[in-house]
Amino acid sequence: MTDASLPEERGHAPARRSLTTLDDRTRRRNRAETRFRAYGIAAIATGLLFLAILLGSILFNGVGAFHQTFIKVPVYLDPAKLDKGGERQVEDIKKVSTFGYKPLIQQGLFDAVQEAGIDTPLESAKDMKQLLSASAAAQVRDTVIANPDLIGQTVEFRLLAASRVDGYLKGRVMREDVARDKNIDAEHLDLTDALREAGIVTKAFNWAFITGADASESRPEQAGLGVSMLGSFFMMLVVLALSLPIGVAASIYLEEFAPQNRFTDLIEVNISNLAAVPSIVFGILGLAAFIQFAHLPQSAPLVGGLTLTLMTLPTIVISTRASLKSVPPSIRDAALGVGASKMQAVFHHVLPMAMPGILTGTIIGLAQALGETAPLLLIGMVGYIATNYPDGLASGFMDPNSAMPAQIFEWAKRADPAYYERAWGGIIILLVFLLTMNIIAIILRRRFERRW
Amino acid sequence: MPVTWLVLILLALAAAGYVLGRGRALHAAGGDSRGLHSLPSYYGAHVGLMALVPAMGVLALWLIAQPLVVDNRVSSALPDSAIPESATRGLVMSDVRRVADGLDLAVSEGVMTAREAREVRTDTTDVRDLLGEVGVALGSDVSPAILDAAQRYRAMTRTATTLMSALVLIVAAGGFAVALARTRPDFRARNVVESGVRGLLILAASIAILTTIGIVLSLIFNTLEFFQLYPAWDFFFGTTWSPSFGGGSELGIIPLLWGTFYISIIALLVAVPIGLFSAVYLSEYASRPVRSVAKPLLEVLAGIPTIVYGLFALLTVGPMLVTVFGDEGLGIMQAGTAVMTAGLVMGIMLIPFVSSLSDDIINAVPQAMRDGSYGLGATKSETVRQVVLPAALPGIVGAILLAASRAIGETMIVVLGAGAAARLSLNPFDAMTTVTAKIVSQLTGDADFASPEALVAFALGMTLFVITLGLNVFALYIVRKYREQYE
Amino acid sequence: MYDAPTLERHVSQQETKFSARNVHVYYGDTHAIKNVDVDIEDKTVTAFIGPSGCGKSTFLRCLNRMNDTIDVCRVEGDIRLDGEDIYDKRVDPVQLRAKVGMVFQKPNPFPKSIYDNIAYGPRIHGLARNKAELDEIVERALKRGAIWDEVKDRLDAPGTGLSGGQQQRLCIARAVATEPEVLLMDEPCSALDPIATAQVEELIDELRQSYSVVIVTHSMQQAARVSQKTAFFHLGELVEFGETGQIFTNPVDDRTESYITGRIG
Repeated sequence: MTDASLPEERGHAPARRSLTTLDDRTRRRNRAETRFRAYGIAAIATGLLFLAILLGSILFNGVGAFHQTFIKVPVYLDPAKLDKGGERQVEDIKKVSTFGYKPLIQQGLFDAVQEAGIDTPLESAKDMKQLLSASAAAQVRDTVIANPDLIGQTVEFRLLAASRVDGYLKGRVMREDVARDKNIDAEHLDLTDALREAGIVTKAFNWAFITGADASESRPEQAGLGVSMLGSFFMMLVVLALSLPIGVAASIYLEEFAPQNRFTDLIEVNISNLAAVPSIVFGILGLAAFIQFAHLPQSAPLVGGLTLTLMTLPTIVISTRASLKSVPPSIRDAALGVGASKMQAVFHHVLPMAMPGILTGTIIGLAQALGETAPLLLIGMVGYIATNYPDGLASGFMDPNSAMPAQIFEWAKRADPAYYERAWGGIIILLVFLLTMNIIAIILRRRFERRW
Repeated sequence: MPVTWLVLILLALAAAGYVLGRGRALHAAGGDSRGLHSLPSYYGAHVGLMALVPAMGVLALWLIAQPLVVDNRVSSALPDSAIPESATRGLVMSDVRRVADGLDLAVSEGVMTAREAREVRTDTTDVRDLLGEVGVALGSDVSPAILDAAQRYRAMTRTATTLMSALVLIVAAGGFAVALARTRPDFRARNVVESGVRGLLILAASIAILTTIGIVLSLIFNTLEFFQLYPAWDFFFGTTWSPSFGGGSELGIIPLLWGTFYISIIALLVAVPIGLFSAVYLSEYASRPVRSVAKPLLEVLAGIPTIVYGLFALLTVGPMLVTVFGDEGLGIMQAGTAVMTAGLVMGIMLIPFVSSLSDDIINAVPQAMRDGSYGLGATKSETVRQVVLPAALPGIVGAILLAASRAIGETMIVVLGAGAAARLSLNPFDAMTTVTAKIVSQLTGDADFASPEALVAFALGMTLFVITLGLNVFALYIVRKYREQYE
Repeated sequence: MYDAPTLERHVSQQETKFSARNVHVYYGDTHAIKNVDVDIEDKTVTAFIGPSGCGKSTFLRCLNRMNDTIDVCRVEGDIRLDGEDIYDKRVDPVQLRAKVGMVFQKPNPFPKSIYDNIAYGPRIHGLARNKAELDEIVERALKRGAIWDEVKDRLDAPGTGLSGGQQQRLCIARAVATEPEVLLMDEPCSALDPIATAQVEELIDELRQSYSVVIVTHSMQQAARVSQKTAFFHLGELVEFGETGQIFTNPVDDRTESYITGRIG
């Protein structure tokens, strides 16, 4: 140790220097420090930029779906065509198919164009059909069947414009593109502009997109998310009804009663691994177990719900166990101390105190299930065109339906770019649901957060 | 629907049992609940549970077993001559089931009477048309053998359902009676009810095991079936993927695995640096307000459903990349769907995953370690790079492995963003496809589980399951080891 | 304990290293250090004693600006090292800490090899031009830390594998390796057993030959054993500062007397 005292040894270090002047090395190190810090800021900025681009493109592309172009057409409901019997019997009127209505509507539009004094090279009523959605006839027919007394009058309808017209007014369909387009040409676009001036073509909020049913490939203007929203709703009912009680029961057992043994270990290992199994594998399970084996109907929300339940359970168990764990042992001791059984202590004291945390975890698990798509592809919820509203509770669970994310996927796959707008719009609705659920979860957590 | 009715009856019985049991106990104690061993409600719950639980158990078991038994019986009675060259027994059986269900549906919709349905014959009625009327579409005309089997199927199902209803009701009534008879003031109702509830809790916890077993079984059986139709060697080592439902498919997994790993690697190349640097900045540098804003914002990325990322890849990122690397730019990208598109978007999705896991792990490094480094005159970045990150390395590796397993199992982004062509290429701007995307494409559409082209999806699923499970187990092991080090 | 072996001390006047004037420290709203004036000499062991929470550790951490790493901490007043204000805006705390090394309460070796633990400081400060020089520095530091003989055969073994006392001597060697002028020690023996404590105390006494050592301790016996100067802190104030022998045998302030006789603290 004697060498420790030799003063020459310290001469090795650089000569004593003032603290206020930085040596080169320190300056270099400080530059490295600044660089490193900049990398961190850049990383976060990049992440946030990605988020901004993502949300921006959702909003930018999706908002259009909430506005739709309509054409106001006064239609003369000609009794000679629509009700040949003249009795106004619903049965008779139903015999006239949409083909019977088309000429009347086209004539109505033609008259309206004439009346507005618009100069157009389109000379006959038939030429104008490309402005209107193919669904217009059905819309008029449904109105007439609901109210046969309208026959013989001239009624002003607000009819859906064709998808190309809608796209033109939204800037999706460009004039230079229409040359190759069979569905529309420049003359129609001129007419559209003129009709817009005249107030016959209008844009309005598109309720039908939120409440309506899906439409066929060729009618994007008519497609809505309403039916698949119901499908998602019934699925979530199944998920909630099964995963909450089962998840809570499993967590209570594991957290409060389970002895330390191999069986318990096995369950715990299983749960943590299931939480990380790819969702598509749950789809395979759902397909094999519920459809192939149990012969439940394909595309049914019940099957979707069961599959998503299996997928969500691990998440719910993990969060429920965390909230049970956060209830201090003193509460259990207090209950046991006054002679309650272990079961009573858990159900009367621990569980109610852990409830806000459990509900928060459940809502977040549900939100996850609501946005999940991959398993639904395998159990047939894609490819099914959800055009019918379920007509009751049982059919809501058992009849084929789509679900919100599956419907969005379906739209994204269709060829017509007008469906992309629907898909983005569908995402906005889906995200609004998810946001609402997460906000409820956060409020719940804030409101009932306890500090022990 | 007899099952719904049965369940309702059982529930009603349980409710009645609760009221009766409670009343009987109170009555036996002369109206004074202090004379009872347990609270009166426990006696009620005892009767209710005894009526409900065993009967429900029987019902569930029966419902699982019945289709197996019936299928098996009908299938073995089906003569070999009834199976056409081009089909398999399983395919014919699904026709049989469809005809049987269709006839039931026709009866319930009033198209025909139960008697007509029983006596329907192929030579007098066009069964296919008839069923078409009630919305059951059949692929081909119904042969007499199939109709025969369908009728046998219906008859057996009907008998089985009747038997099941009877058995379930007897079990319920038996449980009810036994429980009611046991209801005496000195009966330890609370203990019995509690051990019953405990059993239910264990049952709920076992669902995790059942799910795993279900996954493994559903994968294994179909995979084995696939390997009987298609050699396993060709599947695992084949370098061509060209399924054709007409036969003569080549189903080699190598190109799919290559696509999967290529996309995952690009995703990790995006997510790991950004996620890791974000985590370092947030945990070591950021002030409290910055952290409380930036961290949740980044985590928003994790809460967005994958379908949204898929659409983002297909409609925003893909076209954007094409304008740079496509024919009008560098000319190395043919279409918007490509490995790069999917990888980039998947990387964005994984950023919060990497950053929040790494953040936790970095925060678990003890402050004393940092103090030691600062005390020696190290700068913050030197401390992070040379002390904190090496100390946190095992945990971070675990986090990256978990992210990799996510990337490998991700479906929607690759289905929409990566393309459909299976190829072995090095160009990241080529369209390639992945294991998950092919599982989807082989299993959507017509649900015919007999052809190798459909069954291959289960073999793909099995491969995916094994790979991700392996990664997860390994990653969780590393993370746990790391946590123990500092606890 | 008044006749502890402190009477025969070499108390010749040394050059002043640190001089603190009117130092106040705040943690958020808490006034942790109140108006402290103190001079710390070179080649001397100065002990800070006082009851828990009296601010002695806080004051110690002001001397190498370790408090900078705590957001809510604010230091006012004037602390000079060799006549230079260490809280001057132009001073880089990194350079300061190279001159003023620190040893912590709990041994905190990095999860690296013994060699890398010692070489860490010299590497970041660029003290060695090549591997041979670095080896030399590491060996010298381990010798000064009085741990060379125990670890010389396993320099590649992880530092975390050593015993508590060895770890703390390793940390002292690590601090010494950067050639500091002052060594700050924050209760360096509180996590050690008596034998390890004796070894570390012996080491501190030897280090005094080359460095100014400041040690915070809650053990009055330890202060009496190792230090030449003692400062007594109470409720954030410096109550009394002087020769160790004088503080323990003839305290001026009542509070000091109460503390060393065990009536408060």
